[in-house]
Amino acid sequence: MLYFLIRRFFWAIFLFFCATVITYIIFFVIPSDPASIACGTHCTPQQIVHIRHSLHLDLPIYQQYWLFLWNIIRHQSLGYSYVNGVSVRWIIGQDAPVTASLVFGGAVFWLAISIPIGILSALRPRSILDRFGMIFVLIGISAPAVWIGLILAYVIGFKLGWTPIAGYCNLIPGSGVAGSCSGPAQWAYHMILPWLTFMFLFAALYVRLIRATVMETMSEDYVRTARAKGAPGQRVLVQHVLRNSMLPVVTILGMDIGLALGGAVFTETVFQLRGLGSELILSANRDDLPVVVGVVVFACIAVIVFNFIVDVAYAWLDPRIRLD
Amino acid sequence: MNELLVVEGLQKYFPVTRGLIFQKEIAQVKAVDGVSFMLEQGETLGVVGESGCGKSTMARCVARLLEPTGGKITFDGRDITHLNRSDMRAVRRDMMMVFQDPYASLNARKRVGAIVGEPLEVHGIGSDQDRKRRVQELLEIVGLNPEHYNRFPHEFSGGQRQRIGIARALVINPKLVICDEPVSALDVSVQAQILNLLKDLQQDFDLTYVFIAHDLNVVRHVSDRVMVMYLGKPVETGSKEELYAAPKHPYSGALLSAVPIADPTLGRARRQVVLTGDVPSPLNPPAACHFHPRCPRFVDGRCNVDEPLLTPAPGSTDHAYACHFPLERWPMDEDDFRRSPSESVASTAE
Amino acid sequence: MALLEVDDLVTRFRTDDGIVKAVSGVTFSLDRGKTLGVVGESGSGKSVTFLTVMGLNDPRHTETTGSVRFDGNEILGLSTSQMRGIRGRRIGMIFQDPMTSLNPVKTIGWQLQEAVLLHNDVTKEEARKRAIDILKEVEIPRADTRVDDYPHQFSGGMRQRVMIAMALINNPEVLIADEPTTALDVTTQAQILRLMTKLQKEHEMAIVMITHDLGVVAELADDVLVMYGGRIVEKSEVHDLFEKPEMPYTWGLLGSLPRLNTTAERLEQIPGQPPSLLRPPRGCAFNPRCPYVFDRCREELPDLRAGAVGEGHTFRCHLADEDRARIWDAKKAALEAAEGSAA
Repeated sequence: MLYFLIRRFFWAIFLFFCATVITYIIFFVIPSDPASIACGTHCTPQQIVHIRHSLHLDLPIYQQYWLFLWNIIRHQSLGYSYVNGVSVRWIIGQDAPVTASLVFGGAVFWLAISIPIGILSALRPRSILDRFGMIFVLIGISAPAVWIGLILAYVIGFKLGWTPIAGYCNLIPGSGVAGSCSGPAQWAYHMILPWLTFMFLFAALYVRLIRATVMETMSEDYVRTARAKGAPGQRVLVQHVLRNSMLPVVTILGMDIGLALGGAVFTETVFQLRGLGSELILSANRDDLPVVVGVVVFACIAVIVFNFIVDVAYAWLDPRIRLD
Repeated sequence: MNELLVVEGLQKYFPVTRGLIFQKEIAQVKAVDGVSFMLEQGETLGVVGESGCGKSTMARCVARLLEPTGGKITFDGRDITHLNRSDMRAVRRDMMMVFQDPYASLNARKRVGAIVGEPLEVHGIGSDQDRKRRVQELLEIVGLNPEHYNRFPHEFSGGQRQRIGIARALVINPKLVICDEPVSALDVSVQAQILNLLKDLQQDFDLTYVFIAHDLNVVRHVSDRVMVMYLGKPVETGSKEELYAAPKHPYSGALLSAVPIADPTLGRARRQVVLTGDVPSPLNPPAACHFHPRCPRFVDGRCNVDEPLLTPAPGSTDHAYACHFPLERWPMDEDDFRRSPSESVASTAE
Repeated sequence: MALLEVDDLVTRFRTDDGIVKAVSGVTFSLDRGKTLGVVGESGSGKSVTFLTVMGLNDPRHTETTGSVRFDGNEILGLSTSQMRGIRGRRIGMIFQDPMTSLNPVKTIGWQLQEAVLLHNDVTKEEARKRAIDILKEVEIPRADTRVDDYPHQFSGGMRQRVMIAMALINNPEVLIADEPTTALDVTTQAQILRLMTKLQKEHEMAIVMITHDLGVVAELADDVLVMYGGRIVEKSEVHDLFEKPEMPYTWGLLGSLPRLNTTAERLEQIPGQPPSLLRPPRGCAFNPRCPYVFDRCREELPDLRAGAVGEGHTFRCHLADEDRARIWDAKKAALEAAEGSAA
């Protein structure tokens, strides 16, 4: 176990370097002038030069990178936005909970839907339920999240007025900007549509996955042995089929949550949630390197942490796997 | 002496690694640990053993599909042990393999004609026309319809697929054919067809076989000489008559004894020697004689201290065994087997 | 009354390619404490017959007719809950591949306990004790610690012992063993077969030994069913079967065995391959491969009839009695000649 942890740690560092260096190189390569963007349209050339200097943009790219690293080690800081000088750490601190709410809440939703549908489809292939399930899957995979989001916002939010159309409320009561809504009820209320939108694609994929793994597990020899022992169908399903068929789902879930943190951008845009996804797009358009790098760093950490959790969970579920 | 294949002290060790960043070797799996034999042209050597004995690994080393860790392989007078790829290519024209699984060893996406003709193509033999003719010739020889040249493997049964594999092995007229469990995956009634076919082909084309199997009946039927392996080492070698009539090594005796006899009267009259325990892991083989923990004739202080070397049986040129307390006679039943053995002195003249 | 009586059992599978008639009218009985050997190759229906007896086929794709009576009660077509008390309790079944027949994420102790708790109203501790006891009985060393190990920590032979333990833990009256040693080494096979014989005596069980290996049948069975193309083609007491087999498929099987005690250069081979059950041959299923085939064989399925020995030995063949006797005598002489010269 110790070897495993140490190896993972080294990989994490390596990944961190790779991702951040590549980000810097991209910014170096693309034609950009953050200084003039930051300054605005009415700046004089001297002001732009001045800003450029203060942002260290006149230094060679590797020196800028070195400054970035130094900042992290020395001040635990990710720098400041080129555009408005706000601390990147603060920005991420504001945005991460939004994305996290979306992604984790969405994950709970999509699992809650896909597991029962997947299992039932596998138990009764070619039945009406199975066919409906497959149509649902087809729609989920084909329909873009933006389209789904807008439809839901229009129909349920606007026309029926059952839920708010957009906006985010902090989970913890009384936190956030003064005057904005907060509290668990408001939070969930505002998140319902975003969750439904976000989870659609994933639910579809997982129904398909779970159906396949359950069907495959049911044809395994040890399931036949369990039946030969006289175990009734329900018991066979729960005790023998489920845990084995969930193993691949756990692996993929870890990967998907890591990726989802990025893919949430569409949903965030439609419902005007200021999360990491939309922040990333915004900052990239404004050539705001520190913020972009900050989001990249955060994403790295998230992916590593989730993969680690998945590995540990897998080893816990499957006694044949030992981490070392 | 017309030795086609000479193997001396063949070793294949697989490293077991462990490490943080740089993998370090902490142990070795000695899959093949000192195998030697000679094969004359036209002969068949049967290699028998159970799981983990290393017979398949040995076959792959001889065919140079794996790189030997030690030892020497001489094929047709030439040392091929560490030959590089391009030189080995020429050698492979004379050495072909037939594999166990007729479903996995044929590329399901290729037509039969292409599969059988591939060795010709690889070695650049003949024009397209010539190759097609040769492939059809081979299909007929192995008992298939040459018209089926354009069919896919899944359109054939297991036995037929194995014939395709054999046709592929013979299409370039090799000298040596290594058969790795060629009939194990086939139905009994089909097995006989393939065994007969292999024997006929050997006669017609003067082939030399290394025949690997776990079924002693099958091995006896096709082989001239037999080698019994246990945990990477040969424990007994000899002509089939000598080995089957009078095995010397207790493991060979136990193997022979374990084979069910298709005759109820005979089968139930004898008392089988049944070994205890399982084959140990090749990662951690027992000290000295690898067989000693399971051997009913085990003598403490000798069998687990001195490793028995392959010694020739007295009065025989071919028969050799690696045991301090070989079986005195055969058949033996279980009680005889376990009686405390007296050490036989190899140099005693009979 | 026989313990297990099967009468004209037919099993059809609905597949994408059509209807497969895996078992076409099988009739036999099994007495207490006896061993029935069932021999056949791929497509013979030997496994499906007993999966049908146990009710383990997928009901959505399977049609079954006929009768299966266990201890006088009809059990064919019963649901799982109706089979309670029989499946896993009075009839146990073990399968071919021990590597995949055990649940990899549960300890063997848990799986053994499940077998007990499904059929007996006992505490978990009692079930665990029984698990350890049966593991000792199947000669697993250090049973009290190994009971908490997972299947992947056992070798193939050990896993098969665990399977046997699981089938025997409720003291069944019948053990159906479907190719239990095919995937094992020959020395392990000898151990397992010896163990099964010992357990049979101690538990007074009937055993059905399904196999393709005539040697195994010769050593263990009291009676033998030879199956081909979904039917029984020969049924006999074991010594009679090997002494005087009555039909060409059996002759072919016996002749095609490489043996330790002969010098025959060529094995007798049966041409062709086992029949497709999707489009079975008309008449006798063996006719495309039979060296003695004549017109009637291609038209009419032979009934099971008795031969010279009597009602205990039945077979399916249109050949006249004198012809069959002549052919077999010739073959037998040839076999013995080859044996003789090896001595």
